[in-house]
Amino acid sequence: MSGPSTYVPKSAAAKWLESRLPIIGLVHSSFVVFPNPRNLNYFWTFGGILAFMLVAQIITGVPLAMHYTPESTMAFSSVEHIMRDVNYGWLMRYVHANGASMFFIAVYIHIFRGIYYGSYKAPREVLWLLGIVIYLLMMATGFMGYVLPWGQMSGWGATVITSLFSAIPFVGNAVTQWLWGGFAVDNATLNRFFALHYLLPFMIAGVVVLHIWALHVPGSNNPEGIEPQTPKDTLPFHPYFTVKDGFALVCFMVFYAWFVFFIPNYLNHADNYIEFNPLVTPAHIVPEWYYLPFYAILRSIPDKLGGVIAMFMAIVLLAFLPWLDTSKVKSASYRPYFKIAFWIFVLDAVVLGFIGSQPPEGSYVIWGQILTAYYFLHLLVITPLLGLFEKPLPMPASIAEAVLGKAGSAAAISAHAASSPNTKG
Amino acid sequence: MAELTLEDPARRDFLYLATGAIGVVAAAGAIWPLINQMEPDASTLAQATTEVDLTNIAEGQIVTIKWQGKPVFVRHRTAKEIADARATPLSELKDPATDESRAQKPEWLIVVGICTHLGCVPLGHQGKYEGWFCPCHGSVYDTAGRIRQGPAPKNLVLPPYKYTSNTKITIG
Repeated sequence: MSGPSTYVPKSAAAKWLESRLPIIGLVHSSFVVFPNPRNLNYFWTFGGILAFMLVAQIITGVPLAMHYTPESTMAFSSVEHIMRDVNYGWLMRYVHANGASMFFIAVYIHIFRGIYYGSYKAPREVLWLLGIVIYLLMMATGFMGYVLPWGQMSGWGATVITSLFSAIPFVGNAVTQWLWGGFAVDNATLNRFFALHYLLPFMIAGVVVLHIWALHVPGSNNPEGIEPQTPKDTLPFHPYFTVKDGFALVCFMVFYAWFVFFIPNYLNHADNYIEFNPLVTPAHIVPEWYYLPFYAILRSIPDKLGGVIAMFMAIVLLAFLPWLDTSKVKSASYRPYFKIAFWIFVLDAVVLGFIGSQPPEGSYVIWGQILTAYYFLHLLVITPLLGLFEKPLPMPASIAEAVLGKAGSAAAISAHAASSPNTKG
Repeated sequence: MAELTLEDPARRDFLYLATGAIGVVAAAGAIWPLINQMEPDASTLAQATTEVDLTNIAEGQIVTIKWQGKPVFVRHRTAKEIADARATPLSELKDPATDESRAQKPEWLIVVGICTHLGCVPLGHQGKYEGWFCPCHGSVYDTAGRIRQGPAPKNLVLPPYKYTSNTKITIG
């Protein structure tokens, strides 16, 4: 898939630049002529959506940083100042805050696509690992961003999560104090979280570059899970997938705009409009919705250190999926039992998220424990065993055959790879 | 892309053009708030007015107050200062203006205390005309705040102000 660029500069200016820094050729080979499997469905549009969301968060975050004050006595009121006084401040704040949620919705769909279609399997293991790194950086960025408004949930969520480190044997308390820069979450913590929150998105951008580079070595996976064999299995990125990604992005932005303009605080927590008081803990501390499944896992284990380990392992184990999943067949379309197990896993994660949002009382406790156990059962037992014992469904010979049918794929051999869609109706 | 024969090429052209036009409008609409947010915000604009109580300013005294982040001189002029300012022929002035036009009531002169040359704050009761003297590059202003000598091009700026009573003014 990757090789020397086929771009030939036409104008004198383009020739001059291309011979000194072949960036036009790079963009051309990566995003114009790059061959993608022709059978990609809309679950493949979320990578582009995620790239857009990263840019959107940076573009709204930088102006917010122009007006925000990262000091504990002024942070909360600086956010209100942004909402009330700064021109379009309310818009940038709501776009940025809801943008974080949209970013995570997109990343979860993107990750679940990877699990369903086996996109993490060889030769895409490093691509998957880079994705896990991006996911971890996103979680850190989102966590620190939520602390910045310095509301009750900001400060208490920060307290709970940083206190997790005190579970580490011997050095736990020292590490926690080092993180805080003091004896509790206070101004020192807020200041450093602001600096890191500004930094991390650019580190995410760097890892995204590696992620796309790693993707472009083998090219994209596809819903059949069969690698492209001939040019008739693929279509050039532009115009087919630029337009498809663009359309998907527009639909996504409609959904995003619905939140920003009509229900901007729906995913927020009312207690975060109360300024942080280190002497009064809110009745129910909950993190943002995108952390809730892991929060539920943390609370399910009665032991402090055990809960922390379980929570971290729940994320870290995902990195091992390329090796936990023993199946040679990539796509769940041809793995009937894995397909069922996948959807049960999705349900497990969603219900765990719900449990994380509830107080750890009554039947929520036992259900949290059952679902936590099942989460690890799926990753550590079901996924490896299914790959060994499952009999996959018969698979098509090629992508072209899957898309066009046997007769159609024969006809496509003689046609140009970029067939003329305009003549079809 | 290969050359394609289209049944109606104008249709595709129209779609490209229309999409491009909407895209430009959308991009402009998205960029505008990001640029506009750097304009002074509502709380800064609200600092646009300052009230000054003139009661305790003695005759001959100059008081410096802050308005919109800038120094403003409130000068309680003596009869001699007023007379000197009024006696000046306009032909001697680099930036001609009558004294009457520079003070609503002659005994109170209110000017922005920023030298019109390069922005230093001039020193009161100094200079040949006992008005102001700017130490940075030697501009000399008279008792009506008009430029008399030195590199400054214009008289000291007059801020908008009004009397809310005989002893109170609101600047801005």
